Amino acid sequence: MILADILTGAIRSGTSVMLASQGELVSERAGVINLGTEGSMLGGALGGFAVTVWTGNPWLGALAGGLCGLLIASIHAFLVLSCGANQLATGLTIMFFGMGVTAFFGRGFVSEQIVGFNPVALPLLSDIPFLGPILFNHDPLTYLSILLVPLLWYVIFRTRIGIMLRTAGEREEVLFASGINPKLVRYLAVLAGGFLAGIGGAQLSIAYTHAWVENMTAGRGVVAVALVIFASWKPARAMLGAYLFGAAQALQLTVQQQGYAISPFFLFMVPYLLTLLALLIVERRKSSRTPEALGKVFAGEGSG
Amino acid sequence: MKMKRRASSVLLGALALIMLITGCSQPGSNSSSSPSGGSSETPSASADASMGTGGSAVGFIFVGTKDDYGYNQAAYLGSVAVEEAYPDLKVLRAENVPETAEAERVMEQMIKDGAKIIFPTSYGHLEPALNVAKRHPDVVFFHQGGLKTSTNVGTYFGTIWEPVYLAGVAAGKMSKTGKLGYIVSVPIPQVLLNVNAFTLGARSVNPDATTSVVFTGSWCDPGQQANAANSLIDGGVDVLSLHQDCMKTVIETAERRGVMTVGYHADASSLAPNGWITGSLWNWPELFVEMVKTAQDGQFKGSKFDGKYRGTLADNVVQLGSFGANVPADVVQYVEDQKKALLDGTLLPFAGPVKDQSGGVRIAEGETPTVEQLEGSDYLVEGVIGSIPK
Repeated sequence: MILADILTGAIRSGTSVMLASQGELVSERAGVINLGTEGSMLGGALGGFAVTVWTGNPWLGALAGGLCGLLIASIHAFLVLSCGANQLATGLTIMFFGMGVTAFFGRGFVSEQIVGFNPVALPLLSDIPFLGPILFNHDPLTYLSILLVPLLWYVIFRTRIGIMLRTAGEREEVLFASGINPKLVRYLAVLAGGFLAGIGGAQLSIAYTHAWVENMTAGRGVVAVALVIFASWKPARAMLGAYLFGAAQALQLTVQQQGYAISPFFLFMVPYLLTLLALLIVERRKSSRTPEALGKVFAGEGSG
Repeated sequence: MKMKRRASSVLLGALALIMLITGCSQPGSNSSSSPSGGSSETPSASADASMGTGGSAVGFIFVGTKDDYGYNQAAYLGSVAVEEAYPDLKVLRAENVPETAEAERVMEQMIKDGAKIIFPTSYGHLEPALNVAKRHPDVVFFHQGGLKTSTNVGTYFGTIWEPVYLAGVAAGKMSKTGKLGYIVSVPIPQVLLNVNAFTLGARSVNPDATTSVVFTGSWCDPGQQANAANSLIDGGVDVLSLHQDCMKTVIETAERRGVMTVGYHADASSLAPNGWITGSLWNWPELFVEMVKTAQDGQFKGSKFDGKYRGTLADNVVQLGSFGANVPADVVQYVEDQKKALLDGTLLPFAGPVKDQSGGVRIAEGETPTVEQLEGSDYLVEGVIGSIPK
């Protein structure tokens, strides 16, 4: 039973991170690291919450959350792609910008209440022993996020759009040669990434916690970026990594309740330690393939 | 390859950075203090009688936002009462002030803007306040919950564990499983004391009741609160309480999952029409006005606020909240009777013997701990499941 609880907790607390990491994956596939994902998530969390308060419709909220995430990512895209700014420095700046700007505009929303999304048990499926409650008793955004993963895999690896995306992150001159502007592809990838991160933030505010609080993502966006490397830029692995992070969070809470004499302060570190460990292991593995042009600023000849 | 290594080392750095940031509250991104009032320089007199007098403003600093349904909202309401009682005094407020040297900077600014009385309202604002107080002997500081004082720093607090004990009695009566859950932040004495009081209350009516305590490491991280609430509910808890600065997520999550709740800091019954049992509340307005008056009149030295002032249930500084619609009349009656006994002194929640988790006697039979002893609580009582760092 405890195992089932931890696995359910993994999905519950991992979904927002998972959505953000899928977004980051799209961005990095096109060659742009966006450390500002945390900012996009916060934008999504606030935008989603605000629109849900105003309209009472969480679907509109989710859409608005995505757009707010996109908006914040667009600043990153502009600075990096059009102004040639350093990707890592810009991303960090965008992260802190996102924290500040959402704290400022979010002040009035701390006390607001919403109905938002709630868990919906899928008929029949949720009755499957063991797996049913783990997989099929979540909010609609969580279901969609699970469906997103195979879809994203298909688009990236089986479609022309995916080829263009990957080429932008590997050999932009090839794209050039075929008459496609790599900068445009990268712009779209960063914006799509921001959109997904925004939805991830909105999942946190309008589906999981039904609250907006300043800096409520508490580092989940940064974890999402780290997970993309752990995942070797593959959607299914990023999903696994996000759920691993979620499971570690659920695990430490479960361990506390068993009354073992383990310091909670140590347990707080576990999710991050696990993530770091996973990063280090992957770092040593040959099979991980970094997009070749990752981190480089496109300036016609790929300076970076 | 080189790129990959560089990218991931930056990521590791960023990860470490975010751990630091989330570990010590938010950066002071939006302080809402009023614009500087352009007050002229004030003569710095250090005589006792002039301490705290003659200011054109009163400063309040909060660790969170003013409408968090919790700790900061309660303190904010106190500042509003001061504003109404003293229309001539400018009330300067700064929200989201971290418990770091940043707090010193904010207080210095308030003093520059004419404040002779300052309320640092968070536990971790104490050290910064003591530092600033040393530099400004003419300014009086009223710190909320502090265990240390100085010449011009007094601390005030309420014996919130009294209503928490009563809420525990109600929870013990209402729980069917006898398993209660408590979501807390970090193991400071205030927190441990509340968990203990709640558990003693519950066990006074159900000797087999247990309280599972979960530390989140944060005063307000809704995501982790939702994780903790779900995790406790999965573990079979049917009453949830909390010691967090914000509580919307916990109360709502519990309500959604059909679990009862006991609130803290402020009344959140509207968030849980079905599951709300009761809560423990702060009532700062009258006290804050009285403190400002004392300082303004030059009476701070030697007053009850010069030192550690603790308001009680009898003083109406702490209160037991309203009861939820689904709490039966006989439970309400029983808790009200207990409250009466507590007020007239026949009921002492921490009367010995009180044992800790390992069965060791912490308060001997026939002994009654002082408020000071209680505020130094560094153990969890028998019946609490969970551990504190040694």
